[in-house]
Amino acid sequence: MYIYDDFDRTLVQERVREFGDQVNRRLSGELTEEEFKPLRLMNGVYLQLHAYMLRIAIPYGTLSSDQMRMLAHVARRYDRNYGHFTTRQNIQFNWIKLKELPDAMADLARAGLHGMQTSGNCVRNVTTDQWAGVAPDEIEDPRIWAELLRQHLTLHPEFSFLPRKFKVALTAAAHDRAAVKIHDIGLRMHRNGAGETGFEVIVGGGLGRTPFIGKTIKPFLPKRDLLSYVEAIMRTYNQYGRRDNIYKARMKILVHELGAEKFAGEVEEEWQSIKDGPLALDPAVVADIAARFRYPQYELLADNPSELARAREDNRFRLWLDNSVTNHKVAGYAIVTLSLKPEGGPPGDATAAQMDTIAELADRYSHGEIRVGHEQNLALPHVAQRDLPTLWRALDGIGVATPNVNLISDIIACPGLDYCSLANARSIPVAEEITRRFRDLDLARNVGPLHINISGCINACGHHHIGHIGILGVEKNGEEYYQVTLGGRADDSAELGTILGPAVPYAEIADVVEDIATAYLELRARPGELFVDTVQRVGVDPFRERVYAAR
Amino acid sequence: MPLVKAGRIVEDRFVRVVDDAPVPDGAAAILPAARFLADAHELVLRQAPIGVVWPNDRKVAELAPYLDWIALVALVFPNFRDGCAYSQARLLRERYHFRGELRATGQILRDQCLFLQRAGFDAFELTKAADAPAFVAAVQRYSVFYQPAADGRASTLTARLARVPQHSPS
Repeated sequence: MYIYDDFDRTLVQERVREFGDQVNRRLSGELTEEEFKPLRLMNGVYLQLHAYMLRIAIPYGTLSSDQMRMLAHVARRYDRNYGHFTTRQNIQFNWIKLKELPDAMADLARAGLHGMQTSGNCVRNVTTDQWAGVAPDEIEDPRIWAELLRQHLTLHPEFSFLPRKFKVALTAAAHDRAAVKIHDIGLRMHRNGAGETGFEVIVGGGLGRTPFIGKTIKPFLPKRDLLSYVEAIMRTYNQYGRRDNIYKARMKILVHELGAEKFAGEVEEEWQSIKDGPLALDPAVVADIAARFRYPQYELLADNPSELARAREDNRFRLWLDNSVTNHKVAGYAIVTLSLKPEGGPPGDATAAQMDTIAELADRYSHGEIRVGHEQNLALPHVAQRDLPTLWRALDGIGVATPNVNLISDIIACPGLDYCSLANARSIPVAEEITRRFRDLDLARNVGPLHINISGCINACGHHHIGHIGILGVEKNGEEYYQVTLGGRADDSAELGTILGPAVPYAEIADVVEDIATAYLELRARPGELFVDTVQRVGVDPFRERVYAAR
Repeated sequence: MPLVKAGRIVEDRFVRVVDDAPVPDGAAAILPAARFLADAHELVLRQAPIGVVWPNDRKVAELAPYLDWIALVALVFPNFRDGCAYSQARLLRERYHFRGELRATGQILRDQCLFLQRAGFDAFELTKAADAPAFVAAVQRYSVFYQPAADGRASTLTARLARVPQHSPS
C-alpha cells in the first residue's frame, strides 16, 4: 500500500479545486461542451447514454479499506448504490450529476482517490499485476516502479494532449497477469546475468479496431533509466503520432507504420540526449518512494493449518478453496479472489453494501488491503490460511464467493449498449445469460480455465481480441449481432483470436458459446488440455463446423 | 486576441508578415517558416527583431542554426487538443537553449497555460478575452510538480531528495 505524502495530497486537492472551477464555467456557459470535453475527460468524466460517468483510478490495483468505504459512500450519496470495476483497475460510477461531480471528487480526494487521467488523450492509470507484492513468482514489487511512473506521468506538461490515449502496464512476475503486450508501453521486469533487475520494454500493443501485440524494443533497460526512456518514447509519439485520423492515432499505428526497428531507433536517439539529465533516477528517490509502501507484519505461520483441513470436509468450502484461493509468498497466508461474476449478474459490479462489508473483512483478515484485477474481480491479498473458513462464510453471505474464478462464467465485459453511447450491442445481458447456461459448476469445472471477453463495439473495452472466446457486438440492419473469435490470449504467449465465422444474432450467442464448449470437450486431447491449447492445436475449423452445421 | 507576457496583457510589438509581403524596415516582424528559411541568411542580419511562425509538423532542429539571431518563435496549436507543439517548445528550450520569446498561438485556453508555461512558453495569445485576466491564477493553481520540465520549477524528484536524510534511518 502506497501512503500519500504531503506532495501527493496537495496535488490531488489542487486538482479538485481546478476541476470545480471548470465545472462552474461549463455550467455558466463560459466553456462550450467542445472545450469542456478534453478537460472533463482528463478528470475521468464521460458523457454516456443516460448521464455523466465518473471513472476513478485505482493505481496498480491497490485499495485500502478506507478507500473502499469511500467508494461505497460515493455509490450511495451520488450514484445508485453500486459501482462497476473495469478491466483497467478503475471503478466507474454511471449515474453522477454534473453539478455534484466536484463534491464527489472532493470526498474521494479525502481518501486519496481521484479520476485524474482515467480518460482523455493522456497517459492513463498505470496498471500492474493485482498480486504485486504477494505473488510467489515475482522478482520484486513492481508497484514501486508503477508509482514512480504514475507520478512522472501525472499532469505531465508535455504529454497531456497526446494524439490519443496512452496505456502503460508493468509486471515483475514470471506469469504475466497485467497483459503487458497489449499496452502502448508494456514493461516486464527481468534479472540480468549480473543479478540486477531491469525492464524489458515492449511498445505498440493495443486492441481496439486494429489490434496489435506489442514488440520488444529494449530487452533490458536499467532501472535508473526508466523515466528517461519512457519520456523518449512519449516524445517520439507526441511528435510523430498521427492526428489526422482518430482511428490511426494510437501509438501502435505509428510503431506499425514506421516498423518497430525504426521506431526503436528514433526513441534511442532521443533517449541518448536525455538519459543523463534530471530524469536519471537517484536511488535515494526510489528508496523514498519504496519507503512509502507499507507491508503487513506477517505472523510466523505454517501452511495448511488444522482449521483448513477440517473445513475442507465441507464440499462447498472445498470447491471455493480450490478455485478462488492462491498461494502467497509467505507461508501460512493466501491470496483470496472475490468473484464479482455471480450467476445472472453484470460482471464487475459491486453494491455499496458489498463494498462496506469487503472493507470490514479486509480490516479483519487482510491487513486492511484490497486488490482490483483486470479480470474485474477483487482480491484480499494477505489472508492467514487459518481464517479462510470464517472469511469464506462472510464472503458467501454477500455473494462474492462464487467459485468460478478463471472459469467460463468469469466473464470480462464492457458496459455495452446498456450504458455506453459508442456501443453497437449489449454486453451485460450476454454475459448474464452465459453465466446462467454454466450455472452448473461441475460443467464449468469440466470445461476448465476459459476466458470469455465481450465488447459491445470495435473499441474493444472488453478486450475480446484476447479472450479465449472473444465476443464482439456489431450492428446489422439495426439488429444486435455478435462476432466470435477463438484462441486469443493475453499471457506470455499473447495472441489475437481468429474469427470463427459469420456473426450471429443476439438470441443465438449463448447457444454458440455452449456449442463451442461442447465441441471443445470432444476435441481436447485429454481432460487437462486447456481450451486455448486445444484451439491452438486443432485450429478453429472443427469449431466452425460444429457451430455453423446447425445454423 | 489578447497577448499575455509575464502575467500581464501587453501590446504586440511584432508585425505579422504574410506570405510574400515585404518585411517592414526597422519594425519587429514575424515571418512564416518557409519565408524565413528562404531568406534566413539575410534576415538574421537585420537590425530589427525577427520572429518565425513554426508549424507543428516540422522538426525544430531545422531552426537550430538560426536561434541565436531570432527574437521570437511562435508555435502553433491548430486546436486545443493538438499537443504536438508542447514537445517542440521543450526541445527549443532544453535542447537548443533558445532564450528568446516563445509564443503559444492558435487555440489556447487558460486551462492549458500552466502546461504551456512548464513546456517553456513565455508568451500566450489567448483565444478568449476573459482568459487573460484569469491567467495569473491559472498558472498558480498548482504548487506541486511531479516532473522536471522547461520552466525551472522544482519537481518532487528533487524535493523528495532534499528530505531523504529525515526518512532514511530505517
